[in-house]
Amino acid sequence: MMRWVSLAAAAALIGAVAVLPAHAEEASMPRQAWSFAGPFGTFDRAAAQRGFQVYNEVCSACHSMKLAYYRDLSGIGLSEEQITAVAAGKTVGDIGDDGAPIERPALPSDHFKSPFANELAARAVNNGAAPPDLSLIVKAREGGADYLYALLTGYSAAPTNMKMGDGMNYNKYFAGNQIGMPAPLSEGRVTYGDGTPASVNQMAKDVVTFLAYISEPETEMRKALGVKIVLFFLLMSCVTYAVKRKVWADVDH
Amino acid sequence: MAGLHKSEFENPVINWVDSRLPIFTMMQKEYGVFPTPKNFNYFWNFGALAMVTLMIMIVTGIFLAMNYTAHTSMAFDSVQRIMRDVNYGWLIRYVHANGASMFFLVTYIHIFRGLYYGSYKAPRELLWILGVVILLIMMGTAFFGYVLPWGQMSYWGATVITNLFSAIPIVGEPIVTWLWGGFSVANPTLNRFFSLHYLLPFVLIGIVFLHIAALHVTGSNNPLGIDVKTPQDTLPFHPYYTVKDSVGLCVFLMIFAFFVFFMPNFFGAADNEIPANPLVTPAEIVPEWYLLPFYAILRSVPSKLGGVLMMFGSIGLLFVVPWLDTSPVRSCKFRPVYKWFLGLLVIACVVLGMVGAHRPEGIWVALGRIGTIYYFAHFLVVLPLLGKLERPLPLPESISKPVLPRGGGPLPSGAAAKPMEKA
Repeated sequence: MMRWVSLAAAAALIGAVAVLPAHAEEASMPRQAWSFAGPFGTFDRAAAQRGFQVYNEVCSACHSMKLAYYRDLSGIGLSEEQITAVAAGKTVGDIGDDGAPIERPALPSDHFKSPFANELAARAVNNGAAPPDLSLIVKAREGGADYLYALLTGYSAAPTNMKMGDGMNYNKYFAGNQIGMPAPLSEGRVTYGDGTPASVNQMAKDVVTFLAYISEPETEMRKALGVKIVLFFLLMSCVTYAVKRKVWADVDH
Repeated sequence: MAGLHKSEFENPVINWVDSRLPIFTMMQKEYGVFPTPKNFNYFWNFGALAMVTLMIMIVTGIFLAMNYTAHTSMAFDSVQRIMRDVNYGWLIRYVHANGASMFFLVTYIHIFRGLYYGSYKAPRELLWILGVVILLIMMGTAFFGYVLPWGQMSYWGATVITNLFSAIPIVGEPIVTWLWGGFSVANPTLNRFFSLHYLLPFVLIGIVFLHIAALHVTGSNNPLGIDVKTPQDTLPFHPYYTVKDSVGLCVFLMIFAFFVFFMPNFFGAADNEIPANPLVTPAEIVPEWYLLPFYAILRSVPSKLGGVLMMFGSIGLLFVVPWLDTSPVRSCKFRPVYKWFLGLLVIACVVLGMVGAHRPEGIWVALGRIGTIYYFAHFLVVLPLLGKLERPLPLPESISKPVLPRGGGPLPSGAAAKPMEKA
């Protein structure tokens, strides 16, 4: 009887769990091997730094990342001097001591500078569609990193029988297959400092690694703490069970 | 010492307090020596697990509220600030967000245990009813909480659910406007939802207290579903069940931690990481998993008012379960037929959950209707009829003697009459 009950409960649990992620729509995305996957995964620092270069030189022309700070770059291995230099290369608006608006070099404590003053300005120069903010992009898309990689590498010429909207581009992984963003990456679009050949796939992989970090900067700390906590409760479960056996030893049940 | 409680505690400080306010005596009586059936299985852990989860939710919630801003223009960013800038803010938030799922998980198992072992039957009807009230308040609290991060799913979920009230004839529209505090889900809505989200858990504590108070009047049910007859049938709650609950608690917290640290967004929706935008409707508006079966019932009825009534009815029905069940036997251990129907109910709920997660097209429409029909038929037809038709197995004499020496014990009064004559 107990077994039956346990089975039913387990079935209910598994069923409830299986219910959850259920909305794949367009072409199914190939899965990639990400350095940050799994309970022990960490961000590949070199890839993330190359990815930052791609964001900085390509994506940031249109996409904001306004929840992130320049100081967050320390998490992908940039030194304090490097971060200060990156920030100093940007100019941000502020209010001067006399109350008048000024422009000053950004500091590590500043948020990433947005390419447009506001959403309307972004819309106006982008065919009516504001490029989405990238601060949370890996969390904010079904399929996460795999989806973004697929999207960045999924551009091709539209099938001849498909009528494309004005200024739209064909992408086989985008919902509806028509995306406003033109293919952002092309062979050799950036020149990597470490000599890695800048193929489209390489750049896509690097920038997605960087964006995965920016979306969840706490990832490595979370997993490291998690291993300890789960092991602690595992140990406590065993100890408590032993105590329970001892306490119940003299009970006829 | 006229007027003072006669305390048995020897420690002078405790004795002084206890004589004036006998909380120590009460705790000793209700959690120390409280006579508890000795044959509980691990399903009896889940009430304690729910209690602990409620405490975790309240503590983490208090800290989140310290850093949250209930304004439509700042709510989303303030939650992200918690995730990125507040020390261990990500931990507090992930514990709270996954805690909601864990809370419903243990509560649903707790309810299933009540159904399987007949814990709702006399004399525990009021105990059960208080439990259903707890479930309702939990659902309301979870709904309000889901709105607070002000992502796309928060906004559109709030829009869909509040709009349900517009199905009420004549007064529906004014009620919705009144709920919103305006003519759409907007800042006043967010503010009142935050207020209610903070209030309801404390209401919950009150009802949980009554739930436990009622439990301690009737005493616990047990896997055999028979009454405690002699002191040999029971054990003091402490240390026997404090330690047994601790085992379950450690395992539960391990599973809980696994989700928090390794799959923190498993129960979440990607769309809710996009700030609320009244001009863009997400492709699919899906509630959290624990509300999916009810959402499926809502969508399975081809009439808005009908769907709303059926959805609320599906929970309302639980209030009268003690009177719908006509069987004199509590535990499914001794109900060879009913336990299969209860299994069907679990399957129906899981299927309804899956239906709720999919667009109402193709097979999902049919499955949703079948699931809905079975859900209601289970309570309105199976439960009353089967109690009269089913022949229960012989009940053991007592908890201490579950295995009968000469086979066959006394049948419960009423159960022996005309069992399964026509079957």
